[in-house]
Amino acid sequence: MTGLDVAVLGFGLLMLAAAVAVVTTKQLVHAALWLVVSFAALAACYLLLTAEIVAWVQVLIYVGAIVVLLLFGIMLTRSPTGPSSDVDTRNRWPARTVALAVGALLASTAIGPFWSTYLPLSASSAGSAKVLGTALFRFWVLPFELLSLLLLAALVAAVVLTRAKTGRSDRPVLARSSSGRGPAIGAGRR
Amino acid sequence: MHLALAIALSAALFTVGVYGVLVRRNAILVLMSIELMLGAVNLNLVAFDLLHHDRLRSGQVLALFVIAIAAAELGLGLAIVLLVYRNHGTIAIDAVRDHADRDPATVDRAS
Amino acid sequence: MGRLHLRYDMMAVLTIGIRLAAVLTGFLVLPLLVGQLEHKAMAHMQARLGPMEAGRFHGWAQLVADGVKFVQKEHVLPDRADRAMFSLAPALALLPYLVILVVIPLGPSLLGVDLDAGLLFVLAAMGVSVLGAVMAGWASGNKYAQLGGMRSAAQLMAYELPLVLVAGSVAMAAGTLSLPGIVAAWSLWWLGWQGIGAVVFFTAGLAELHRPPFDMPVADSEIIMGPYTEYTGLRFAFFLLAEYAGIVVLCALTATLFLGGWRGPYEQQLGWLWMLLKTFALSFVVIWMRATYPRLRADQLQQLAWKVLVPLALIQTGRDRRGEGGGVRCGYLGPAWCTGC
Repeated sequence: MTGLDVAVLGFGLLMLAAAVAVVTTKQLVHAALWLVVSFAALAACYLLLTAEIVAWVQVLIYVGAIVVLLLFGIMLTRSPTGPSSDVDTRNRWPARTVALAVGALLASTAIGPFWSTYLPLSASSAGSAKVLGTALFRFWVLPFELLSLLLLAALVAAVVLTRAKTGRSDRPVLARSSSGRGPAIGAGRR
Repeated sequence: MHLALAIALSAALFTVGVYGVLVRRNAILVLMSIELMLGAVNLNLVAFDLLHHDRLRSGQVLALFVIAIAAAELGLGLAIVLLVYRNHGTIAIDAVRDHADRDPATVDRAS
Repeated sequence: MGRLHLRYDMMAVLTIGIRLAAVLTGFLVLPLLVGQLEHKAMAHMQARLGPMEAGRFHGWAQLVADGVKFVQKEHVLPDRADRAMFSLAPALALLPYLVILVVIPLGPSLLGVDLDAGLLFVLAAMGVSVLGAVMAGWASGNKYAQLGGMRSAAQLMAYELPLVLVAGSVAMAAGTLSLPGIVAAWSLWWLGWQGIGAVVFFTAGLAELHRPPFDMPVADSEIIMGPYTEYTGLRFAFFLLAEYAGIVVLCALTATLFLGGWRGPYEQQLGWLWMLLKTFALSFVVIWMRATYPRLRADQLQQLAWKVLVPLALIQTGRDRRGEGGGVRCGYLGPAWCTGC
């Protein structure tokens, strides 16, 4: 056990504890904030593994965009501030069994062959912007462009999905119609 | 550092994510659990990239791609969740059974 | 040999310690200076005296008096508030700015830490700070606060995109993500070349800080004080401090990325002075805008972001063409005019 091992283990345990809080807490907003803690610890692990760019991109995208989006979703679906009673299904034990089985399978297949493998982390520039950028735009240009198409498609799809139908746009936005199809706050076009 | 440590952490995080997907009823919480699983995958990708040190830097580049795709997936997922909420008044995933294979007369609309 | 190494390590630790202490001092002093500037400049712009009593000369001690007042006030924890989140939110809003100041260079070697991916780090930390406002809005258990939190979330999502896009444009132009590296690569004609980017960055940054005219989330005439409605005393002071620290960080970043940071006459000796002057000139613009423009409506805010700033940012990014020499060439002024790039 070197100092690096201890540090990775510490941040890893923090990450796991926060992740457990994400899947067990009764309050939706707390789950989103535990997700922030979990991903920050994960980013710290990346940093210790010298993957600097991945770490900062992780914080930028997850904390700056994804969690804010999730919080926005939580607020738009009018969740209560306090704990809600019906966040979990009743099949808690089956879920635990399946999850532990998956974990055991993963651990037994992946850890065994690499039990004594030691990661050489001497090359400190392995995750620097220069190395990663060169690889990305020399060898991965086509997947990168495809990814931009995918993001564009997702953007257009999200707009199309959330946009209210034009025929309903002049209804009062906050009032619920009798069919129970009242749009959420801010979802209709005003 | 030991590679087994990274793998063990990643497997454990994935386990937590699987549990969350299976046990959570609220669609947004399910999306969060999926993000946890993607994070576990990324940790593995980065660790093995540092082991192999190939010229393509495949592991780290793929981790970046996974992060980008996760953002797209979440944007779309939340759009669907909001649509479901607008149409049903709830985002409990076991209450949305419009396409369930059973007699239409007995379908209980959760709204 | 071992002793020598140990001494070297201790020197390194000591240097880092001194640097961090200097950054902390800057973090505590600069926002207060901006706050004082705001009091005085706005009073003059609006042709009123402002507080002139405290400290005899021109009311210089007003900020100290304000601080003392905030400390004396009672902490009020609303009944329906979420205790832990309510108390943590001010810290979450304030701390990222302290962390950002560590990587902003005052001079070629006058900075806390030179990060290889400093720009990415700064952008990531700025996003975290807004989370504090969203958290505060949610945790207060108050409708107005919650509306404010939602508005700041929507605003963050709209303005993060142009901010990151133009920051990417600068990074491409400089060929590095390190902040001192960007300043070293800067030259005067970037003012024209990256000019659009500078305006977009500054505007989007103002919107992320909820400064007027982008203060829809805290619009006092509609939703009282937005996410900060329920806050009192020292916690409220933390949010105020976060706002001014945010101004300092945004102005220092704009100066670093677009105005050449420490570059100027006698930059070897006076670099730090140029950087501070640029930062405070931009801070003055921030205050000036608060006194000049009326508040934008929510839909106007979104339209400004998506219909003006994002296209402008894309134009800016598209103008960074790659030249034959390997560096990025401006496709704007033409190769005959610019020889420096």
